[in-house]
Amino acid sequence: MGGRTFELDRRDSVSGLRAQARAAKLSKMNIHEFQAKQILARFGAPVPKGQPASTPDEAAAAFKALGQSKAVIKAQIHAGGRGKAGGVKLVSSADEAREFAASLLGKTLVTHQTGPQGRVVRRVYVEEASQVARELYLGMLVDRKAGVVSIVASTEGGIDIEEVAAKTPEKILTEPINPTLGMSAFLGRKIAFALGLKDKQVNQFAALLAAIYKAFIETDASMVEINPLVVTQDGRVVCLDAKMSFDDNGLFRHPDIRELRDPNEEDPAETEAAKYDLSYVHLDGNIGCMVNGAGLAMATMDIVKFYGAEPANFLDVGGGATTEKVAAAFRILLSDQRVKGVLINIFGGIMRCDVLAQGVVEAARQVNLKVPLVVRMEGTNVDLGKKILAESGIKVIAAADMADAARRVTEAIRA
Amino acid sequence: MSILVNKNTRVLTQGITGATGQLHTRACREYGTQMVGGVVPGKGGTDFEGIPIFDTVEQARKATGANATVIYVPPPFAADAIVEAASAGIELIICITEGVPVLDMVKAKAYLAQTNSRLIGPNCPGIITPGECKIGIMPGYIHKPGDIGVVSRSGTLTYEAVYQLTQLGLGQSSCIGIGGDPIVGTTHIDALKLFNEDPKTRAVIMIGEIGGTAEEEAAEYIKQNFKKPVVAFIAGQTAPKGRRMGHAGAIISGGRGTAADKIAALKAAGIAVAMSPADLGSTMKQTLEGRATH
Repeated sequence: MGGRTFELDRRDSVSGLRAQARAAKLSKMNIHEFQAKQILARFGAPVPKGQPASTPDEAAAAFKALGQSKAVIKAQIHAGGRGKAGGVKLVSSADEAREFAASLLGKTLVTHQTGPQGRVVRRVYVEEASQVARELYLGMLVDRKAGVVSIVASTEGGIDIEEVAAKTPEKILTEPINPTLGMSAFLGRKIAFALGLKDKQVNQFAALLAAIYKAFIETDASMVEINPLVVTQDGRVVCLDAKMSFDDNGLFRHPDIRELRDPNEEDPAETEAAKYDLSYVHLDGNIGCMVNGAGLAMATMDIVKFYGAEPANFLDVGGGATTEKVAAAFRILLSDQRVKGVLINIFGGIMRCDVLAQGVVEAARQVNLKVPLVVRMEGTNVDLGKKILAESGIKVIAAADMADAARRVTEAIRA
Repeated sequence: MSILVNKNTRVLTQGITGATGQLHTRACREYGTQMVGGVVPGKGGTDFEGIPIFDTVEQARKATGANATVIYVPPPFAADAIVEAASAGIELIICITEGVPVLDMVKAKAYLAQTNSRLIGPNCPGIITPGECKIGIMPGYIHKPGDIGVVSRSGTLTYEAVYQLTQLGLGQSSCIGIGGDPIVGTTHIDALKLFNEDPKTRAVIMIGEIGGTAEEEAAEYIKQNFKKPVVAFIAGQTAPKGRRMGHAGAIISGGRGTAADKIAALKAAGIAVAMSPADLGSTMKQTLEGRATH
């Protein structure tokens, strides 16, 4: 294994890795900074002491509990760029802690990662202040090109790492971790030396990396990002910030981590969809789409746009969908008030067309369907599926193929 | 000729007694595939509609001479099933299961590298050589024997491409769904290499998705080494930036892996790119006719 495919084209690997880090951040289950730090600490990684607080009084109490002259108050939302957006402040008294917490809690914070709508702050983290000598970057993520977990490190910490990767790729170091060997001590030292760490810091860093790798593997993480990883003025290596996200497919073995899911940080329709194991992404158009398979779902969105309309959502009902799941999917996509027409595009393989048809019929009866419904069906049990729809009494516009379906639904919403 | 599977392929089903395993084992047998055995730990000695069931893959291989296996076991056990098949010396392992933890695949892939087994998937529709052998969940009736190879990251979009080809009278040599997960056993380039060597394959349709750089790498490979015409489509041209579309891989990110990047790379390699998913078949037809007249 090792660096085989990886070192061939370093530029590519770096952007590939960043692409994934970004994918991981946006796509997988995310948790708050204080939760990530609690997990990392449990595996032995050095993090500053701190306490979460949901009210100004709790923030003041947390300041007192730390027992130090200064503390940092940090807004807890699932997005980066909080510092620049005014969501982080150094405070020197319990009163100041209370005051700043009061100014944040319940307010909307807009950072470059939240989008213009921002995120409501529901919790702050009160943490001991660190005297920072150096800021480094450390990431760990599933590297699809190398087929292993890789480490990304840089001397340029505390800033937007994507920009570093784009402008100065030579400042980014990537190292694959052999899954059979695990985190080797030599690899930890190698990266430590490359980051310019000295003396005791080298072994401290190697131990920190081992702890993070252990946390990564044992929690089915998809990404851990420490930005910045700092060297303090008294020479210690500490995780000053932490982001973690997890592989949804691995969460069945981590009920404790599943409980950290924060529905306030997610789109309600997407949360509802997740309950039924549906892959749903809310978009801005008015054609509700229900498709099986992510690729066909994206291609269906493409063709809707090709015919001049905009998709209202991405919705993949997946392979082994039941009637109940299809009915839930249909309800969820119709819960979007902007939907003026629905396009169902199913190419049955593992998904049977009769199951799909049954689910649509049930849901259409429950929700009293008012918008035009275009159905294109092909594949396993297609004749049975068409028969169920035809005999249901629901008004269905049947389409011959994908292009026909897109054309018909765009015409129907304009009629 | 074809790639990887043909009428002589002898296939096991791991997880033959589950609902999905039953449904598709039956459909594959009806298609004409030699389904020679099933594996379900604890049910050895019984049978599924006349197909003998074994406790382990090793027993099944010894008794049946199987050289391929298809896996339908649930996600928590899928990577173990892959490793079991490889350790029993099965040459071709097709994992249909969706939702396999990615860290399980990291380990399985490292083990596979030490064996002679090839993995297709996970989270894929499987592979078919029309008229000879169907292993997986694709609907058999849409296929037609012929000389167009199909390789795709997306299952249902593969069916779409095949359907269009068949409607236009263009048959397929083999169609392979490589799967949409971050870590898969067989990549676009691996499949292209096989099609390149297959005298029966005249041209190839390659279907990609936004995210990652696999399509860009495939474009480079095609430019340097591929001797046959290629038609491509990239799903996700209209996907908004920064939103995940079901697959971890399908994501727009920082200037690379976008549909526009991929399409540019493919076109630069001389590949005909269908801009609408409805034009996959017709683009292939035009490409072949264009060749014929020159």
